[in-house]
Order: sequence, then C-alpha cells, then structure tokens
Amino acid sequence: MAEIPAATGERRTGRLLASLIVVMIVFGGVGMTLLARRYWWLLPVASAHGVDVDRLIYTTFVVTGIVFVLVHILIAAFVWRFGARGTERAAYWHDDRTLELTYTLVPAAVLVTLISMGAVVWARVHGPAPADSMVVEVRGEQFGWLFRYPGPDGIFGRVDPARISPKDNPMGLDPADPASADDLVTRELHLAVNRPVRVRIRSKDVLHSFFIPAFRVKQDAVPGMTVEIWFTPTREGTYEIACAELCGIGHYIMRGKVMVESADAVQTWLAQQSH
Amino acid sequence: MAVMHEAAHEEHKLGFLQRYVFSQDHKIIGIQYMMTSLFMAAVGGVLAMLIRMELGWPGARWGLAKWLFPGGFTGDGTLKPDFYLAVVTMHGSIMIFFVLTTALSGGFGNFLIPLTIGARDMAFPFMNMLSYWLYPPAIVVLLASFFVAGGAPNAGWTAYPPLSALYNPATGTGLAAPGSGLGQSLWLVSLAILIVSFLFGSLNYITTVLQLRTRGMSMGRMPLVTWAQFTTAILMLLSFPVLFAAVVMLLFDRHLGTSFFVPSGLVVGGQLVTHQGGNPLLWQHLFWFLGHPEVYVLILPPMGIVSEILAVHGRKPIFGYKAMVASICAIAFLSFLVWGHHMFTSGMNPLVGTAFMVTTLAIAIPSAVKTFNWVATLWRARIHFTPAMLFAIGFVSLFVTGGLTGIFLGSPAVDVYFQDTFFVVAHFHFVMASAALFGLFGGLYHWFPKMFGRMMDERLGKLHFWLTFVGIYATFFPMHFLGMAGEPRRYYSPQMYDFLRGLSGLNMFVSLAAFGLGLAQLIFAYNFIRSLFRGPKAEGNPWHANTLEWQADSPPPHGNWGATLPTVHRWPYDYSVPGATEDYIPQTVPVTAAVVAGGAPDEPPTTDLNSA
Repeated sequence: MAEIPAATGERRTGRLLASLIVVMIVFGGVGMTLLARRYWWLLPVASAHGVDVDRLIYTTFVVTGIVFVLVHILIAAFVWRFGARGTERAAYWHDDRTLELTYTLVPAAVLVTLISMGAVVWARVHGPAPADSMVVEVRGEQFGWLFRYPGPDGIFGRVDPARISPKDNPMGLDPADPASADDLVTRELHLAVNRPVRVRIRSKDVLHSFFIPAFRVKQDAVPGMTVEIWFTPTREGTYEIACAELCGIGHYIMRGKVMVESADAVQTWLAQQSH
Repeated sequence: MAVMHEAAHEEHKLGFLQRYVFSQDHKIIGIQYMMTSLFMAAVGGVLAMLIRMELGWPGARWGLAKWLFPGGFTGDGTLKPDFYLAVVTMHGSIMIFFVLTTALSGGFGNFLIPLTIGARDMAFPFMNMLSYWLYPPAIVVLLASFFVAGGAPNAGWTAYPPLSALYNPATGTGLAAPGSGLGQSLWLVSLAILIVSFLFGSLNYITTVLQLRTRGMSMGRMPLVTWAQFTTAILMLLSFPVLFAAVVMLLFDRHLGTSFFVPSGLVVGGQLVTHQGGNPLLWQHLFWFLGHPEVYVLILPPMGIVSEILAVHGRKPIFGYKAMVASICAIAFLSFLVWGHHMFTSGMNPLVGTAFMVTTLAIAIPSAVKTFNWVATLWRARIHFTPAMLFAIGFVSLFVTGGLTGIFLGSPAVDVYFQDTFFVVAHFHFVMASAALFGLFGGLYHWFPKMFGRMMDERLGKLHFWLTFVGIYATFFPMHFLGMAGEPRRYYSPQMYDFLRGLSGLNMFVSLAAFGLGLAQLIFAYNFIRSLFRGPKAEGNPWHANTLEWQADSPPPHGNWGATLPTVHRWPYDYSVPGATEDYIPQTVPVTAAVVAGGAPDEPPTTDLNSA
C-alpha cells in the first residue's frame, strides 16, 4: 500500500474548514469591521496631527485588510480543493525562484511605502513646535492629573518634591524661586482652539501615560524625566484624559478632563484661577 | 559509540526514581516539561477566566468565586482591584514563561532534537535533568506570591519600575501597589530560577545540534522543526541573561538600597522616596531586549512544528526549504533589533523610534515569506485533515491575522494611538499566544503517538479544533475594536470613562466567547488523559513521515536507536516523489534505492556526506 488511503470524510472536512474560513473570517471580519465603524470606532478626531494619524491608520487598514482577505481566500481555496481523495498523489513541487522572489519583493515594496509614509507623519508629530505655542505642564500622580500654567512671566518656577503637600502645595512649588509666584496649578486643563500647545509631561511617583483619545495623543509620564510633546486642538469641546500605563490599583479611575475653547475663554478662566 | 551502547544497557539497572523522576533521558525530560506546562496552562487559563469575568461584568458579585479565591474577593463577592491586577500579572507571566516557553522549547525541544538528528540523547544529560528540576521550584516560588502579604505582584508581566520597585522592608508591603511587596520579590526570584533553567536547556540544545548529528545529517538536511529549535536556543542563550541581570538589579533596588531604576524626588503615599539617580527607562530597555526575542522564542518552534505537519499531513514537500531556513535565521537576527517598538511612547528619543520602525517592518518580510511558503505547500497537496493538520492550518490563519495587525503597531505614529489599548492585546494574543498555542496543540496531536506509543482520538481532536478555532476568533478579533475605540488594557473597569461606555456589550460578548474557549479545552484534557491509558497502540510511523524520529519505535527506547545509529541519505521532505513506490521516502533510505522517475532535476540540496 503506497499511500495512506484517504478517509472518506477528508473532502468533507476540507470543505467545512474552507467554508468556516470564508464565512467566519472573511465575511465575519469584514462585516464586523463595518459594524464597528458605527459602534466601536475611533472618536472623531479633534487635533491637527490626528488627521494625518487617522489617514495613516486607514491606509494601513486598507492594505492589511486586502492581504487579510486574499490570503484567507487562498487558504480556503486550497483547503477546499486539495483534500485527499482516492490514491491521487500530491505534486512533488517544492521550489520556484520566481514565485518566491515575487512574494519577497512585493511585501517588501509595500512595507517600504508604509515605512516612508509613517516616517513622514512621525517626523511631523515630533517636529519642532511652532513659536506661538502656549505651554502647559502636566503631572501624573496616583491617581489623577495636575496641570500648571507658567503665568504672565512665561516661566515655570522651580519645584521641590520635598515641599509637596496634597492640600496647600500639590505641585511642590518652591516659593524661593520668584518665577513660581505667578504659576497657576489647576485640576483641569483648558486649551485654546487652533492654538498649538507644548505639553511638558512629568510624574510624581510611578509611570503614567497621558492619553487623550480624541487628539490621538499618548505620552508616558516618566518619573525623573520631563518629556515634551506638542499638538494643536482643532475642535471646541470637552475631552477625556485617560491613563494608559499601569500605575497601581486606581489606574482605571485616573481620569482627567481637557476643555478646548476660544482663546478669550481660556484667558478668562485663567484669570479666575489666579484669585 | 561503545560508551553509548553501554548507556543503552544501563537502562535496566535504573530504578523507578532515576527512570521517571530524576531522569536524564531527553524523552522523559521533554514529557516532564510538557506535563508541567499543561498543568500551568490550566492555572493560567483559570486566571484568564477571572479577567474576563471582571471585564465582562465590572463590579459584579460572584458568590462561588468568592469561595474559591477567598483573598481575592470582597465579602459581597466582588473582585478586588489589586487582586485583578495580580491576576492579570500572573496570567501573562505564567502563559509566556511557564507555559509557552517551557512547553514549546522545553517540551518539544527536549523530545525532538536528539530524535530528529539521530542522537541517543542530549550532549549533557545531567545538565538537562537540572534544567527541568529548576522549573518546579520556580513554579512553587511564583505561586507562593499569592499567599504572602500584599498578594501576587500588581505591576504586569513587564514589571515596570518604579511601581514594581518601591518596597517597604519594615512592613514587607509595596509602597505604590499592594502587590509590590514580598509577592513581587518572589516573582523576580522565580523568574531568575527559571532563566537559569532555560540557559541550561539552550546551551544543551545548541551543543547537541552542533555535535551529535548522525552520519549524513548535515545542517542542510535537518528538518525545519529542528532548525527552529536550534535557532530558538540561540535566541534564549543571548537574550535571557539580559533579563537575568535586570531581575537581579531590580531585586537590589528593592532590598539593598541601590537605585538602578528609581530616580530621585519621588513622592509616593505622601512620603519622599530615598532612592536617587536611577532611570525607569533602563528597565524597559533591558526588559524588552529580552522581551522581543522572547516572542520569537514562542513563535519559532511553532513555525517549525507547523512546517513539519503541513508537509507530512499534506503528503508534499515543504515549499522553499532553503527560504524557510533563511527566514528563520533572518527573523532570529532581526528580533534583537526591534525591542524599541514597545517603547514608542516611553519618552525615548523619537529618532530612535524611526530606526525601530524600520527594523520592525523589516522583520515582517521574512515572516511574509514563511506564510506564503506554507500556503504554497498546500497547493496541489493531498491533505489529510487530521487534528494536527487542522491546527497547523489554523496556525497559519492566526499568524496572518496577528502579523497584519503588527504592521499598525510597528509604525510609531499609529502605535501612539494603539499603545497599551486592547488593540495590542488582540495583536499579541493572535500572533504570539494563540498561534503558539495552535503550534503546541498541532505538535501534541502529531507527536503524541511517538511520545506515548498510543494514538489520540481523532474525532475528539477535530471537535476540539472546531471549537477552539471559532472560540479564538470570537474572543480576540473583537478586541481589535475595543482598541480602536481606545479602551486601555489593565483597567479593572472601563466604566469610569464616557468614551468607553458603548463598549460594555462587546466586552460581554468577548467574555462569553472566552468562557466557551476555556470550556472547549476540557475536551482536549479528556482526550489527552484518556489516550494516555486507553488510546489504541501506535505503530512506529503512523503518519508515514520521513524524519528520523518516526523511524524509531513508538515510544523510542532508552538510547533511541538500538545497536546502531541511523544513517541519513536525503532531506526530510521526499513526499510524493514521482515514480517512487511509496508516497514517502524516509531520510534513512539511500538515494539509489528509491526509484526516481524524472524527479532528478528536483533533487533537493543534498551533498552526501557519506561519500565525502
């Protein structure tokens, strides 16, 4: 007996698997994506660079989606077609340089394109901030966010962790530094619409991550470091800030709010805070 | 040779303890690794169910669970937040280090390497025994962390300091999280023990493959499963010492007052921390320098397993053998250069991010080559849909799905949005966890007859496949959309946020699918245990396979080969050679003995070492 005789059910099993792949993975995957676009999707974008990021996400989505569908259809077709039957033999076919070169070079070309697009957006996101940016400091702590505006002098005063007191001096401002006198420390973040903002991100205790889903902004707050990012909010409204780096048992309640409003409204609010 | 022969006779003198417990036989050690890993998989699986209970119904009361896990639930039966984080941490640590690494590398590596290269045992059998026997103590130390003050660690399997580093020796509790007390120290010690075990194992594998290949078994004739194990061992040997160093440094920070990872000026719980001069990013670099090769430690062995299964059960040579070997090596090399893609949002210089994006997307190319080679292997095959084959095909599907989502995460500007959301959870559960699991199941269905001399039940195996395949997609595919909507991972409850409100239905669906997936594994457990005792006796080569392990008895005796070692004459994939009488030609059959009609130009790369 040269071959293991094909079990009678082989073809049926192959067709079941092929159908499952097409129905569950191809139709299910594509269908669920369409459904998700209505119910479980990115928040409407509310920052300038977020538009570029979204375009990159969609491009990647389309490219990977096509590959996902094609490869699965190919697998399903082969599984459907090549189930063992009778004493038929498989093909003794194990090398084809043209084919192999094709499916090395084509993915490589696609990936180089995606890398180039990604590099451009990444460079823009982390490029130098415009000169007219406002500046604000964000400090993460277990389990909340604290913000600081530099005041009229435009300079952040010195902070000293030893001076931190939750009620009187949550930021640990050092009164010996004259620059700290006009610093405004707040529990809410107010930003002016369409004005770039530089955000200095720090942490009081452990790692946190400053995540504003609507802005496509996420940056870890690293103890001992000040990391600066910048972005431009483009739509007025109230947005949620989440913590995206595990920071302890209250990680899930570390919620903050950012209000994007007109430049005048921000000035008014700041003036109220300084009383 | 003579020494080996004596060793084979010595088997009769060994008592039960030396034969089955403190055994130096690679097959017994492989099976020990496998059994222990399957036990740990059950533990890790139960933890996963607890995670899904909480995420499906945040804050719900579970009367029965309260009774099962007395410390983890409040009096009214809700899961405590710190216990939730402990469960998340332990699920990840157990599944990655104590299940997938140990089963795929420790289990299959030990069992298959000597058998597939025609050796009688590993190069260092005693060290091999030590390697296994460091594993149970590591488990005991790890699980003990559940029972100390503060409970099991809360800082995630990545154990990022300062959360994991701050410890109050006076009270024995963590400063920044309850689980950062003694539990975190036990976790670190457990990992250190396990790393030593891995290093013993990988040294052994590398030496064995380089030194103990039988006559004619050139590197170019090694089966892909052995190539994968060999490359994995090199990855482990080069990457795990870095984690070992990091673990020791973190223990020093915790207990001896050093400050590798903790900077000055931290205020935790109203207290100024005395550490100064460290940097939390140092840990992340050291951790991911291991962490990324580690995911290839988990996926290369399944890639090898799947390559074998597709060829054997498809009755067709694996497509592009040389490209398969080259891509294994390329993936292994590049895996050391991509760790920074875990750190795009960490505060690392953005320019470095660009470099890591290039290496990360470069590693997708050899992965794509492997995928297309597997698919090409199915073309004009003669597929036997055994449970092993079904899981191998399932592996290819999962690897494609998970690999494609990796393209999102490799691009830093996109990753900034998805980092630490459920999109990442979905991604790695497909490409690493589920795919590796499918490789593990496929391998078990395939090599079970060789390991235990009995066959597993095919119908139950198929049922297990259908339910697992559907269950995996139902559980992990929707998680992409939780991530699209921005749900961060490691949240005890997503209900605090307005933007996550609409996700509760989807989360419930995921949880129900996960429970179904969990239950389906009971079919495997039943089939596995029952077949151990009641399965029909297996012949030596039930799948009509070519590789050497199938030319030995099932199960192979001590010393594997009887009086003389096998001699290898050809590559391992001579399936369906035109004109040959059988549709398979074992590696031990001389080239002249097989009738090859018109197959000569196709003769694979086999310079015959015997004639040299």
